Amino acid sequence: MNRIKQLFSNDSKKLIVFITAGFPEKDSTKDLVLEAIKGGADMIEIGIPFSDPQADGPVIQEANEIALKNGITLLEIFEQVKDIRRQTHVPIALMGYYNPILKMGTMDFIKKCNDAEIDGVILPDLPLDESVEFCNNLKDKNISPILLVAPNTAEKRIKKISKLAGDLIYAVSILGITGNDLSSKNNLENYLAKVKENSETPFMVGFGISSNDDVEWFNSFSNGAVVGSAVIKKVLKDRKKGVVENFVKSLKK
Amino acid sequence: MDSLVKKYNMPDKHGHFEEFGGKYVPETLIPALDELEQEYFKSKKDKNFQKEFFNLLKYYGGRPTPLYLAKNISGELGFNVWLKREDLNHTGAHKINNALGQILLARKMGKKRIIAETGAGQHGVATAAAAAKFGLECIVYMGEEDIERQKLNVFKINLMGAKVIPVTSGSKTLKDATNEAIRDWVTNVEDTFYIIGSSVGPHPYPMLVRDFQSVIGTETKKQFKDITNNELPDRLVACVGGGSNALGLFYPFIDDDVKIVGVEAAGKGIDTNQHAATLTKGEFGVLHGAASMLLQSNDGQIALPYSLSAGLDYPGIGPEHSYLQKTKRVEYSSATDNEALEAFKWLSEKEGIIPALETAHAVAYLKNKNNNIKKNEHVILNLSGRGDKDINTIAKELGIEL
Ligand SMILES: Cc1ncc(COP(=O)(O)O)c(C=O)c1O
Repeated sequence: MNRIKQLFSNDSKKLIVFITAGFPEKDSTKDLVLEAIKGGADMIEIGIPFSDPQADGPVIQEANEIALKNGITLLEIFEQVKDIRRQTHVPIALMGYYNPILKMGTMDFIKKCNDAEIDGVILPDLPLDESVEFCNNLKDKNISPILLVAPNTAEKRIKKISKLAGDLIYAVSILGITGNDLSSKNNLENYLAKVKENSETPFMVGFGISSNDDVEWFNSFSNGAVVGSAVIKKVLKDRKKGVVENFVKSLKK
Repeated sequence: MDSLVKKYNMPDKHGHFEEFGGKYVPETLIPALDELEQEYFKSKKDKNFQKEFFNLLKYYGGRPTPLYLAKNISGELGFNVWLKREDLNHTGAHKINNALGQILLARKMGKKRIIAETGAGQHGVATAAAAAKFGLECIVYMGEEDIERQKLNVFKINLMGAKVIPVTSGSKTLKDATNEAIRDWVTNVEDTFYIIGSSVGPHPYPMLVRDFQSVIGTETKKQFKDITNNELPDRLVACVGGGSNALGLFYPFIDDDVKIVGVEAAGKGIDTNQHAATLTKGEFGVLHGAASMLLQSNDGQIALPYSLSAGLDYPGIGPEHSYLQKTKRVEYSSATDNEALEAFKWLSEKEGIIPALETAHAVAYLKNKNNNIKKNEHVILNLSGRGDKDINTIAKELGIEL
């Protein structure tokens, strides 16, 4: 069974941690991922840096810029994941934008994901309408396409999206980009109830989740929470060893 | 007319021009794009909407614009050059046609807040004018580098009550301003209408921008026939940034026996890495919501384009142009900074018409040795905008202090 499907097969709440590859140093990826796992992350999202990250706020934009300045490439990210795989069985998903994948060739990309034992792929700029073939090709290799839904996604469409995804979907917490302010949780309960009711798969929630309080709040309405910008922000401030591990521990508590 | 000849009918109902186009956007924007598409198709059939648009173009925008036979340069070149005078539009370029069309849609959809991206500032100025006229809040995203190059337009935008937000990410030009506008739209999608400035972006934008701009070609066709008694011109020429002034002129002629040429910005030369010749040198990719040709690195990162003209300094191109290139319906050529500068001076001196630097790229094509234009041909050039905004850039290039 695919590691993501397995992870979400029981009722416990999952913590998913996002790390930009090649940041803050080109070869930091492995250390940060392993720290996050030590701190208690149940699943890892590795961000593929892109020059034009449209769905990201200033924090992840900055991490992308630094990583690209470091010269990280998609091929190198696959090597880094292979290296990480030798030390952990925690599910790993790649998160990125479609263009670098198109440039590599989608079939070549999927083959390389398979070789590196990547468990899922999240592409925020490849919505349902454009992604059917790509998702089916991923599923042929037992890799989970993790499609996104948003607060304004219609119920029928949530059904369709989750059906195509198959194992897991990603509910964007708010109308907005990563790192947005989540202090007002207005209408969120209704939205998450709508996702729960209509999704044929478990779902995690992300965008703007930054504290243990947030994580606990979302855990009561979903199958897990993704923390991204908040982790990157810590690393931008302080690159010392242990920063990520301690922060993830504090989220889990 | 041969009824077996299939009429041009693009894009398909999903917004695809074969492999180009589409909607490559975050899920949050999908409902907004669907709503926009529905509203657009309704408006297209609505006589009142069409009349309101037509009247705005006429009484506010100053249409129709003249089709003018430029006799002096025609005499020098040995063929007839007709200039479609979009520079005489209110706010100085074709951009106002599209801004007025989209703001009418925004009003129908009850959106109170307008956002736009701009490179040369022409689209920013056009949108600010339209927003002022209709009393809507307006935010214009503009790269820091373009703000420096196009100070006059920034000032104009501010005078009309809109706010310019400097964009400091990436290359600090049009591509980054577009990213920022998209981020704003994702965040404020409920009350905000994004007026895109060219035939780019996710479906339905490339289609609706083309349609709003096609008033250019529709007028031209009638004017040419009325003036010359000839059914059709031989050739159409326009500069291509995102591609809206070009499609505006080309589209009504697409099923006709007319040669069509688009001219891209070759910057310092297409064999250097400082150009914006997307169709000449780009590869298939996805940016700003659409699949199209794209300047990019081997690793799929978007390349930094370069052109002296801020309005052509963009690494992508509208998806319909990629399709028209693939099917060979339109031929794409390019002109360098220097060729455009020469053409800029030439048209100013010979005809007393100072073109925009973007437009000067199309003018340069007339003098291109490889254009194969025959003696006495009728060539129609879309004079997409006037050069006032470029005076500082030109003076600097000529080493003159103003
Ligand atoms: C006068 C003028 N012409 C042409 C362009 C290029 O845009 P498009 O290719 O959409 O016509 C611009 C863009 O700013 C412009 O200001």
